[in-house]
Amino acid sequence: MGVLLNIIYLIATVTFIVGLKMLGHPETAKKGNLIAAAGMGLAILGTVFVHELEVPPLIYILVGIAILIGSIIGWLIAIKVEMTKMPELVSLFNGFGGASAALIGLVEYGKNVTNATQSLTIVSGIIIGAITFSGSLIAWGKLNGTLKSVVRIPYYNIVNNITIIGIIIFAAFMVASSVDSQLFLYALLAAGLIYGILFVLPIGGADMPVVISLLNSLTGIAAAITGILYNNMVMLVGGILVGSAGIILTVAMCKAMNRTLGSVIFGAFGGAAATAGENKALGSIKSTTASDAAIMMNYANNVVIVPGYGLAVAQAQHVIHELEGILIKRGVNVKYAIHPVAGRMPGHMNVLLAESNVEYNMLVEMEDINPQFSNTDIVLVVGANDVVNPAAHNNPASPIYGMPILDVENAKHIIVNKRSMNAGYAGIENELFYNTKTSMLFGDAKAALTDLVAEMKNI
Amino acid sequence: MNEFWEFIENNLQITYILILAIFVGIEVIKSIPAVLHTPLMSGANALSGVVIVGAILVMLHADPTDYVALSLGFVAVVLGVLNVVGGFAVTDRMLQMFKRKK
Repeated sequence: MGVLLNIIYLIATVTFIVGLKMLGHPETAKKGNLIAAAGMGLAILGTVFVHELEVPPLIYILVGIAILIGSIIGWLIAIKVEMTKMPELVSLFNGFGGASAALIGLVEYGKNVTNATQSLTIVSGIIIGAITFSGSLIAWGKLNGTLKSVVRIPYYNIVNNITIIGIIIFAAFMVASSVDSQLFLYALLAAGLIYGILFVLPIGGADMPVVISLLNSLTGIAAAITGILYNNMVMLVGGILVGSAGIILTVAMCKAMNRTLGSVIFGAFGGAAATAGENKALGSIKSTTASDAAIMMNYANNVVIVPGYGLAVAQAQHVIHELEGILIKRGVNVKYAIHPVAGRMPGHMNVLLAESNVEYNMLVEMEDINPQFSNTDIVLVVGANDVVNPAAHNNPASPIYGMPILDVENAKHIIVNKRSMNAGYAGIENELFYNTKTSMLFGDAKAALTDLVAEMKNI
Repeated sequence: MNEFWEFIENNLQITYILILAIFVGIEVIKSIPAVLHTPLMSGANALSGVVIVGAILVMLHADPTDYVALSLGFVAVVLGVLNVVGGFAVTDRMLQMFKRKK
């Protein structure tokens, strides 16, 4: 292999590390992303043009067309997507990467079947690629609402574990016997795809960010495995970087939700539906009107806004910014309390609020805002539910027991905007709504907030 | 088991790189503010599209008459590029919003 190509790969690898590092700091993140992208571009161009292979022009043209098609579609999706749809988009792109790894394995298997090391990497690449592909598509479907309910196959834990063990045994047999059978190869691919579906299907929507992060990490591992196959360092190091970074990110998300990775994968949210039914006798709820809420907020000193996914779905992030602006003009001290998993992914809410020009320093993270709730006159909860559910503190039977939450019940008064009394994403009843300090402002987040803004202007 | 030791022996360098890269990944990601988790995940996702290099190699190595390899490789390249270009573009768009507009 040419020295030049290796140097190109080396440079690309360094840009990946530097880029990823810079992505972790708010001031350098944008530049870091561009540096990594430039490195990737370099690696792709180098692979296409710098080599010592005899490649017929037809293949060059095909490669060019493939790159062009992928770039155009990828670019169009990226610039068109709404920011609220970000989690499912990451999931979808991730699935494509996994599919790519699996397809490479399909082509390479026949050529390398006699070499145990090579066929082991290929077989692992196919399995992991297939799992990420189908798993990501299921996660995508769940997040965009196509797949609404949590589907649970009876004894799914046992079924899943038997499936994956079966796949591993079958793969080991293929490697050991070095049979060149296309039938076996496609059977393995199908088994990987089925496992990906089985793996993600029973996992509840609230845990989906963790799953996406985990699948993201798996795609990295698939890329690294393919790198071993080609003895290609940029794939190896790039893939492993994503693999280990993805695991760290997954663990960080689990921590934010106080869940262990095991309980996410093997499912503990299953009991949610059962507990929801028995909490009917929580007391009565008090509803309020936009004008009452406006008056209360107008004469408050400290207001904390708790935005949730409901705000994002209703596209109400711009109205909330308007409301915040009016309150500040009236001399009210306004802050946003951001739960680590507000929205659908950690950091998602920050992106959405940034989109509507909310000042970065008004967003306060959970650990910093929680001690301040006792001094807060009014908390306005918009479309958030599970992240303000006191059951996480005081109901050991609750599926979210132990999850860190925003302690809004310490505030003097709480106004909750919600579409209806339906349980949250995790499917759990919320006793906060029955608190004597709580008033419910029913309605779509955007409509309710628009009314609120109009009433504020009248005062 | 013998094959495992043989693999380590024959690929000592790769094994070292593999293990060092794992630690680099962990160190690079450590202590990242929650604000940046979403763009970071999206950026890392774009990086995992590095598998595109393998997909291109499949096509370059393919026999021009091997239509199966060529078409599988073609799809692999399209999907890989989608992951890379889409991933980086969407991350850039997200980070664009963090910039203070005054």
